[in-house]
Amino acid sequence: MRNPTLHELQHPGTSDDAHAHHHPFLQHHFEDLGQQHEASTLGMWFFVAQEILFFGGIFMAYSVYRHMYPEAWSAGAHHQNWKIGLFNTIVLIGSSLTMALAVWGAQGAKRKLTTVMLVLTLLLGMTFVGVKGFEYREHIHEGLFPGSHFTYVDHAHPELTRGVELFMVFYFTMTGLHALHMIIGAGLLIWFIKRAWRGDFGPEYYSPVEIMGLYWHFVDIVWIFLFPLLYLIH
Amino acid sequence: MTSTTIDDAPFIEPSATAKRNYLNDEYGVLSWLLTRDHKRIAILYAISVTIFFFVGGIFAFLMRLELLTPEGDLFTSDTYNKLFTLHGIVMIFFFLIPAIPAVIGNFILPIMLGAKDLAFPKINLLSWYIYIIGGTFGVIVIITGGVDTGWTFYTPFSTQYSNTHVFLTTLGAFITGFSSILTGLNFLVTIHRMRAPGLTWFRLPLFVWSIYATSVVIMLATPVLAITLVLLMVERVLHVGIFDPALGGDPVLYQHMFWFYSHPAVYIMILPGMAVISECVAAFTRKKIFGYKFVAFSSLAIAFLGFLVWAHHLFIAGISIYSAMIFSFLTMLVAVPSAIKVFNWTATLYKASVSWQTPMLYVLGFIGLFTIGGVTGLFLGALGIDVHVHDSYFVVAHFHYIMVGGTIMAYLAGIHYWWPKITGRMYPEWWARLSALLVFVGFNLTFFPQFLVGYVGMPRRYHAYAPEFQVLNVLSTAGATILAAGYILPMIYLGWSLKFGRKAGPNPWGAVGLEWATSSPPPKENFHETPTVTWEAYDYPAFLKAMRETQDA
Repeated sequence: MRNPTLHELQHPGTSDDAHAHHHPFLQHHFEDLGQQHEASTLGMWFFVAQEILFFGGIFMAYSVYRHMYPEAWSAGAHHQNWKIGLFNTIVLIGSSLTMALAVWGAQGAKRKLTTVMLVLTLLLGMTFVGVKGFEYREHIHEGLFPGSHFTYVDHAHPELTRGVELFMVFYFTMTGLHALHMIIGAGLLIWFIKRAWRGDFGPEYYSPVEIMGLYWHFVDIVWIFLFPLLYLIH
Repeated sequence: MTSTTIDDAPFIEPSATAKRNYLNDEYGVLSWLLTRDHKRIAILYAISVTIFFFVGGIFAFLMRLELLTPEGDLFTSDTYNKLFTLHGIVMIFFFLIPAIPAVIGNFILPIMLGAKDLAFPKINLLSWYIYIIGGTFGVIVIITGGVDTGWTFYTPFSTQYSNTHVFLTTLGAFITGFSSILTGLNFLVTIHRMRAPGLTWFRLPLFVWSIYATSVVIMLATPVLAITLVLLMVERVLHVGIFDPALGGDPVLYQHMFWFYSHPAVYIMILPGMAVISECVAAFTRKKIFGYKFVAFSSLAIAFLGFLVWAHHLFIAGISIYSAMIFSFLTMLVAVPSAIKVFNWTATLYKASVSWQTPMLYVLGFIGLFTIGGVTGLFLGALGIDVHVHDSYFVVAHFHYIMVGGTIMAYLAGIHYWWPKITGRMYPEWWARLSALLVFVGFNLTFFPQFLVGYVGMPRRYHAYAPEFQVLNVLSTAGATILAAGYILPMIYLGWSLKFGRKAGPNPWGAVGLEWATSSPPPKENFHETPTVTWEAYDYPAFLKAMRETQDA
């Protein structure tokens, strides 16, 4: 006789269904798919919590220097093309929509819809990163890449040059870390596209797509803060 | 303690006498390197942190040798700078932070919860590999010439002036940070979602509460260090002025960001020690811990308050007197939950029939030394005294009382306490008691003189000093020799016991807890059937009754 788990006591009936099929994706150390799903979702929420602190540190440093060098920060923001930024923002919000639809498709065992939506998410994400790369190229051409390549001089206000360089340090570090998160997300998407096409996901087992969605939305939200801070506020 | 009755204590694991366990379930190097069993991963961590402990110890010993005489005659000042830097980095990032959580926590926590494994076994293995990659950077730095910034990497020295391997070292620390983040995350999810039926929050062993608090701190503080080190690496590589005042940056901001992690990191190191102490006190007094809920919540209170005190490291760095006063006050507040723990352990000892096994000797050492370390922490939290003793050996003595007198004592207590569970063998009691005594005497002789010499003005981090400080420094070096013997001895007798130690029963201490309900060593899946918890934490009669009933059934 197997003792009921805490999860089964709280959610009667869930485990018998799962055990009846012996679902291929139920890992041995979990009692049932419900417990496995709750564990992986909670794990991703905790991961997002640590990500918030990770980005929080650099947002804090950004704020300190914005307060210290307001004119330079304003001059730095003028070198950003807000139209491109807005375009990328729309692309990213669109990818969040397709990601959410992919989760919905996985829950409903809509294999083709899930796959198509994950592919669209990947394409939109890569569009974002590509546009970002184009922006980087422009900045480097203008001599705005910090360090020894920084040849830019603010002729109207030469005293702001150091501050603009510092702004660009934050610009490249913040958007660079964000783009790195996008690229990691894209790698995961490729893996999940393969799994979705294979038909791994369904009403019983869709946690990977759902926690992928949590991650993707989080990375989008970071951009929602970066866009005004780096492009819009003068 | 009469061990004969203890060996007869009932247990619920029916296969306790069976031959299969996690150690002999599979053989071969790959069965270890690719294992997802939390117990084997704990062993991998145990071996790695032990190696780093002795590496860090060698640096400490070389420093103590240099300080035997007032002249800087053994090493140049540059070499000495590298010695104390590497000692700090190796001990903190590669030993103290992972030691108790990743070794003892990894092994014991899932068993305490009645779970088959941690929630994410593959991520657990990944944590170890990330730790090894980070550690490899550390080893490369050591072999190729070291680093001389101090373990705090203060800017702008670290970013603009130091000609040593700052980038590689910070990259190693950055990478290792993700190892502890993933371990903390794994523990949190496991505690939330993998408890056995009946194991409610207030039935959890206090070990679990303290590890929970540790994991919260790991998860919320470590990413801030990560981003700080990213900014540091960016500044060093590009030569821009994020933290360099000459280029428009703010070095005090670096200190704020660094200590926002590194002060909570002190609690990452001491809270797991407190976790072990609570278990050992309950086991060797055979009593419930006095004021269970106070001890449980004091862990969370330490974790919370620990985030609010970082700027007490900056009292002389130029922060405003008003923020210094606030941080001084908040620092005093941390003493409250810490004192609650000490008082409650002491109250548990009161009128108990205490058995003086080795873990208990370490526990008593911990309680005394942690108290001294904590109270001197209050001295340092007080603004006036801090200005006087800042950057002196008083500070060195203070944090070694917490880190070595506290955490390492607790680690050794835990290793001895759970040794029979981990290996299935008893360690030799006489030798273990001798080494506990050596550690205690050696520790105090090493570090108590440093309080005195620091208070009268010997600054830290110099290889030469004024001749009037020599007597106390000779005492300190003599103590370090005894301490080293106390640390090497367990390596020998614990190794011996693996083959020749007396076989341990499932519950050699007659303690309460699910880990004592399974065989020693445990089977691969910890329990053949998920246990049901019907007893309150440390309720000896109820636990023994439950064990008997399950055994009869």
